[in-house]
Amino acid sequence: MNRGFGTLLSTEARVWLREPVAVFFALAFPVVLLVGFGYLIPGLREPMSDAPPPWNDESAMSFYLPSVLALSIATVALTVIPVTFATFREKGVLRRLATTPMRPQAIVGVHLVINLAAVLVASLLAVAGAMLAFGVPLPENPGVVLLSFVLGVAAMYSLGLLVSARAPRGTTASGVGMLLYFPSMLVSGLWTPGPAMPDWLETLGKFTPIGASAQGMTIGWLGEVMTGEVFPAVQIIVMVVWTAVLFPLGVKLFRWT
Amino acid sequence: MTDPAPPVIDVRHLRKTYAGPEGTTKVAVDDVSFTVGRGEIFGILGPNGAGKTTTVECVAGLRRADSGEISVLGHDPQADPASIRESVGVQLQESALHDKITVDEAMRQFAAFYEHPSDVEELLRLLDLADHRGVQFANLSGGQKQRLSIALALVGNPQVAILDELTTGLDPAARRATWDLVERVRDSGVTVLLVTHFMDEAERLCDRLVIIDGGTVVAEGTPADLIDGLDGSRAVRLRFTPDRTDRALAVLTALAADGADVESVNRSGSEIEVTGTRKVLFAVVQALAADDLVPEDVRTVSRSLEDVFVQFSGRTYQDETTAEVAA
Repeated sequence: MNRGFGTLLSTEARVWLREPVAVFFALAFPVVLLVGFGYLIPGLREPMSDAPPPWNDESAMSFYLPSVLALSIATVALTVIPVTFATFREKGVLRRLATTPMRPQAIVGVHLVINLAAVLVASLLAVAGAMLAFGVPLPENPGVVLLSFVLGVAAMYSLGLLVSARAPRGTTASGVGMLLYFPSMLVSGLWTPGPAMPDWLETLGKFTPIGASAQGMTIGWLGEVMTGEVFPAVQIIVMVVWTAVLFPLGVKLFRWT
Repeated sequence: MTDPAPPVIDVRHLRKTYAGPEGTTKVAVDDVSFTVGRGEIFGILGPNGAGKTTTVECVAGLRRADSGEISVLGHDPQADPASIRESVGVQLQESALHDKITVDEAMRQFAAFYEHPSDVEELLRLLDLADHRGVQFANLSGGQKQRLSIALALVGNPQVAILDELTTGLDPAARRATWDLVERVRDSGVTVLLVTHFMDEAERLCDRLVIIDGGTVVAEGTPADLIDGLDGSRAVRLRFTPDRTDRALAVLTALAADGADVESVNRSGSEIEVTGTRKVLFAVVQALAADDLVPEDVRTVSRSLEDVFVQFSGRTYQDETTAEVAA
């Protein structure tokens, strides 16, 4: 590891926190959306009376939470990461670092770490919001939720890296990121949580990195009784394959000047 | 006999081409050689597009040259760019910091990358940035950004500093302050490689320089040697009160007719221009004094690096620069 990595990390983290819009979207947007939808959309807060016990006492927000967690991953991966790296390239930050003993790769690593912390904070806020406001229970299989979350982060951050790999300007990266962000919301089930999702969209979503993550977390959170599945094997494989393809491609195509 | 000190930078037959449209190649640097000694301000002067920046980027190990040899402090920056990172500070043309990072944060962050960094406080004072330490990059003035950029190039306590177009976009006062600063940096023992397209800057600052045009070195030497190397003619412009102008013109014309040091006398409006040898001013003043003629104003027309460029390239410097900007 290069000398000064710690200083680079702490300085970059402090500067990151000075962008109010990015901070809001990365950290607070998921929980605000979750609470907002919960109170605005009729029926979401009601108990699922026709569901098998013990879920007949729980609110439909239990289906919504995994979608919001997927959204928190997609937000950082597609709105924050591509813009950050393309702006570094545009402003000559990567080139400036190349003239010092610190490798420019380090600042990319530092920002992946910062954004990993951001997505963890955003997700914990969303989980806390769902539990406190709507009484969403703890997951049936926490391990499956965690695995689907981590692999979702890996696949989506790789996608974000690839989006930023060639973009000459922050605005270019932002445009491409947004183009991918809206379909991501769709396949994560943000508009059609849980059973409300049409079959064709569910099948399509299963093979996208963020759709697979959302479905994996749903299966882990609600369990076999509600979803009819124990382990999201296909979704896990899908996310591993996406990561294995996107990450090396992003690294290979990344332009340092 | 002792060997002279080895050069700090040694560039031999550097060549760099880029792929142009439709399989053509654009030659950025054709054949550039120069050596830089310890503790000097060495200039690379030339119009825009002459290949100056490409040259220093190869020296700094940021670009691969097609051919040629480069040695910096005994290392080969082409084969092993990391070998010179600790000892060579680079200031690049464009801004290179996040808008929201403060002066202090940027300085401490960059200092942390080096094994033996300079004292950050001392550098901030030297560059007159101590009062702006808490200011974010986007809120700095052009001159302050430029000074911070120089400070960052020096924060690693380098033996060599490469400064590229460091006064572009600065107002005259800020330019002069920056020049003083570069001299102080040199006086502290740092070898400075200065890239500039400003003739006056090169003439004022450089101990030695190369003039580059079209990717090749067209002249090399100290500014004074280059200017003295031009033809030996000198020009003097004189202005008299209107009632004396005719009489003065007669005296000077007579001087030109029989004097060895005066070649031509021309009147334009109220001014008389006299050209001749290096002794032309002395001859003119002597002749005028003998006739009790005291000029209102005397100006010697000094030669500059611009004249050197014209002589070696056959073009005027300004036209080239404007044409490059327009293109």
